[in-house]
Amino acid sequence: MTKRDPLFAIKVEDVVKSYAEVMVLRRIKFSLQPGEVAVILGANGAGKSTLLRILAMLTQPDSGSIDIYGNDIAKNGPQVRALTGSVLHSPMLYTDMSVRENLTLFAELYRLKNIDTLIEKNACKVGIQSRLDHRVRTLSHGFQKRAALARALMHKPQLLLLDEPESGLDSRSVSYLENVVEEYRSSGRTILMTTHIIEHALEIADKAIVITDGYVHLESTTTCLNKSNILSAYSHTFPKTSGDL
Amino acid sequence: MRESLAVIWAIGRKDLLLETRNKDVIVAVSVFALLVLMIFTFAIDINQVNAKLTGPGILWASIAFAGVTGLNRAFALELEGNTLEALMLAPISRDLIYAGKMFGNFLFITAAQIIVIPIFAVLFNLAVLRWEMLVVSLLTTIGFSAIGTLFAAMTIRVRAREVMLPLLFLPVVTPLIMAAVESTSHVVNDSSWPEIYQWIQLAIAFDIAFIVISAFIFQQILED
Repeated sequence: MTKRDPLFAIKVEDVVKSYAEVMVLRRIKFSLQPGEVAVILGANGAGKSTLLRILAMLTQPDSGSIDIYGNDIAKNGPQVRALTGSVLHSPMLYTDMSVRENLTLFAELYRLKNIDTLIEKNACKVGIQSRLDHRVRTLSHGFQKRAALARALMHKPQLLLLDEPESGLDSRSVSYLENVVEEYRSSGRTILMTTHIIEHALEIADKAIVITDGYVHLESTTTCLNKSNILSAYSHTFPKTSGDL
Repeated sequence: MRESLAVIWAIGRKDLLLETRNKDVIVAVSVFALLVLMIFTFAIDINQVNAKLTGPGILWASIAFAGVTGLNRAFALELEGNTLEALMLAPISRDLIYAGKMFGNFLFITAAQIIVIPIFAVLFNLAVLRWEMLVVSLLTTIGFSAIGTLFAAMTIRVRAREVMLPLLFLPVVTPLIMAAVESTSHVVNDSSWPEIYQWIQLAIAFDIAFIVISAFIFQQILED
């Protein structure tokens, strides 16, 4: 196993990714420390979701290196995946299986013990106890997303990757999400999320990373002093249209 | 080893559970295979002589063609919910995902054969329900599942995957179909085990080679 610099929860260096002729990420570089809650901001197409997919090991970068808790993801795939929980755009659940059956399957793939207890505990955390035996197909988008969050939490990952987690959620679901974020912060674990709701993001995050055209435009803590800089950098991520001129 | 088997079983059991609810694959494979058998029964005037001559070929051709239908459907399920990516998030090697999916496909094709082979025996009036046939069927199904799982994964994101899968799958499984047809011919002709075993050896070699190659290529497909 290749272990490097365990001081960082995530260390991304010069990551480049392109799809066909389109360069999505250009030498992305940033780092997070354990216990930090960070948010990635940027316009549509800035490369936020691609970056998260690379960190979740669903897509390979063209070049660059990524360490997660000291593990090089190119060399220690299964170890890194055991440390990481992900909720991406789609809930990625088997719709003809119940929530409980889905959670049981993934608990088995993660080789967890006391699966029934874990399912009840995590379902409670995201408020889906009453829906555990419902087929995923019959659930609303919000409940499907909560079920996906429960799945990501099952193995107590050190790093949680969330791609626009609040999209399609009602205020109650968002409060469950906030509780999870708070629990992570207090237990010294790390969250990296993307969002378009910047005010909410700056409230809950310790750090903001603004991506423009595949570059890290700004990496900053979210203290009061820095908030205006972040807002300004974020507003610059949107390309000017003829209507703006 | 035990943990790996548990993961393979979990993925295979999941496919089986989904199949018991949807009944997409087993029904499609069985009905398709039976239709092919029926068409040949009407097209050829079956008697005791030509049944032994043509029966084994018709049986395995029908299972191979029907298998393609099922393999297409088995991976389409993973595409609908983007669930293949969910499997890829788990801390398991890509080989185990391959083995799990292959196990699921093996179960579907086996289930279809349990329906098709006895009906074939009745239609063609051939004594195929023998233990040697069980070995032939087992080895052929392993080979079909090994290659079928690989090619189904390769074509999962191709727009014309229903066309692409048979174009890739059928030429590659031809040696295995040959081995299955020849050994089934020996079975229906009541040949001795050493005669059947000549062809069984080819099936074994084919299965081992393609399981190893397919598992390796499957990893590359998922990473891309």
